[in-house]
Amino acid sequence: MNRTLVLVDIGSTFTKVTAVDTGQARILAQSSAPTTIQDVSIGLKNALQGLGLTAEELRQARKLACSSAAGGLRMVAIGLVQDLTAKAAKLAALGAGARVLNTYSFQLTEADREEIIELGPDIILLAGGTDGGNSENILHNARVLASLPQPLPVVIAGNRSVAKEVAACFPEEFSTYIAPNVMPQIGKLQVDPAREVIRRVFMEKIIYAKGLDKAERWIDGIFMPTPAAVLRAGQLLSEGTAANPGWGDLIIVDVGGATTDVHSLGTGLPSRAGVVLRGLPEPFAKRTVEGDLGVRVSVLSLLEAVGVDALVQETRWTREEVESRAQLLHSQPEVLPQNQAEAAFDRALARQAVRHAVGRHVGHLSELYTPAGLVWVQEGKDLSQVTTVIGTGGVLVKSDDPLAALEGAGKQADAPLELRPERPEFYLDGDYILAAMGLLAQEEPEAALEILKNSLSNYKLCGEGTIVG
Amino acid sequence: MEAKTLVLGVIGADVHAVGNKILEIALTEAGFNVVNLGVLVSQKEFVEAALETNADAILVSSLYGHAEIDARGLREALIEAGIGDILMYIGGYLVVGNQDWSEVEAKFKQLGFDRVYPPSTLPEDFIPTLREDLGM
Repeated sequence: MNRTLVLVDIGSTFTKVTAVDTGQARILAQSSAPTTIQDVSIGLKNALQGLGLTAEELRQARKLACSSAAGGLRMVAIGLVQDLTAKAAKLAALGAGARVLNTYSFQLTEADREEIIELGPDIILLAGGTDGGNSENILHNARVLASLPQPLPVVIAGNRSVAKEVAACFPEEFSTYIAPNVMPQIGKLQVDPAREVIRRVFMEKIIYAKGLDKAERWIDGIFMPTPAAVLRAGQLLSEGTAANPGWGDLIIVDVGGATTDVHSLGTGLPSRAGVVLRGLPEPFAKRTVEGDLGVRVSVLSLLEAVGVDALVQETRWTREEVESRAQLLHSQPEVLPQNQAEAAFDRALARQAVRHAVGRHVGHLSELYTPAGLVWVQEGKDLSQVTTVIGTGGVLVKSDDPLAALEGAGKQADAPLELRPERPEFYLDGDYILAAMGLLAQEEPEAALEILKNSLSNYKLCGEGTIVG
Repeated sequence: MEAKTLVLGVIGADVHAVGNKILEIALTEAGFNVVNLGVLVSQKEFVEAALETNADAILVSSLYGHAEIDARGLREALIEAGIGDILMYIGGYLVVGNQDWSEVEAKFKQLGFDRVYPPSTLPEDFIPTLREDLGM
């Protein structure tokens, strides 16, 4: 049976729509229009008109949406110990597609409270204590948060023994949601349930606060943050469906002007014998966001993180040239390269952003000499055996040589202990469909998987930036 | 009464995993809530696990003779973290060679351990004392 669905991605600058025929598992049409922030339904209508469907076809098509407009989903994550529940809370918020504005550990201070007011998050994720473990800290933090002048939705995902007590700390104007603990035991991570609760809160509350409900008349369902949709697409492509196998472990890199996102799908267990795994276990579907690694708004912090010399070496420009170009891109993010040298500079920036963002995302090995001999210790995910690396986001999709940038994800000679893909094959999200297929995956996973595989296979990158189709 | 929570682990660069597993099984069977951190456990991990789980005691093993270096400062770190009065045991091959046990015991008590056990201590040798120390 042929069935038309329209997938909508309301971004901060563009509203992108994709019409698919799920019976034939193919893309019918794609279109986009500038996002109209005062009333997002105008931009959405403009984008829908560009699809070339008849009014009747449009009316009948089921429409699903995700959004990163109006600052995306802004969250603050709170836990007890920095490397345990605070880290687990941060991972859960990132997995829900949020921008994590800050992570707090131990007891919130007056200064922390003021900072949270300043940051103005959409949702707070409050964790702390394993089940049956520490309860004083989360109760203290709940009381501090309850005195915030502006009531907020609070997702409580800490020690379950006191979850109800924690919720009772908040006055009625706050909406509280109790989720299972993000870390029920030491060494056990449980972020999926909290992630689902955050998504529900986003759907029930945040889209109203951000005025996205104006588009709701045009949409039939599933409002989720765009990064959550991308992660969902990655998960589908990795795991496959009952009838159709997936591509196995994979990495998705999204280079942007302000941030670089990395998603990995895989258990990340040690790939070689004799390695001892330490530290907090990480989720199968892991997302990290590097707020200092972007190629426009965040280009100055990118330069600081990678060092000016790295860019000098790659572009053969002088230090002064590198610095003045970076200043220009930072103050005028809309500037596009006008010649080959400037294009090469953009490529070098993207490559460095990919390189460092992937380096921070993957696990690391370290050597430990013990009386029993040398022992290898692994912290984080071993992604060395991952063979599929997918690039997405405007910077890579519009680049004239996306492969050059994406190769920054692979093994680096000067960082042998980073567990990066050793033999990666690179793909580009050239049709810009990852988020759309993440939405479609919620209703028609078979069709979404088929479309994903076909589209990405058309954009497999091989040497010198050529695309084999 | 709720089960008492114990944090268990082999400290330092020590990879002896077998005794650690036996302890986990024996203590779990004895009705304790055991948080086993396994081998190669740093002081920081002991402190953080005890904090998050609101543990009642920390049981440190060391079987390679370097316990003094590895365990020095653990009590102070616990004090810094606000749980300085937690019960703490240590046991195993704590020192190299045949040293006088009473001296070894005194040394580790001075480092802040409440009980110190020599090699080949069986679970049933110390579990009754542990219950007593925890007021069970």
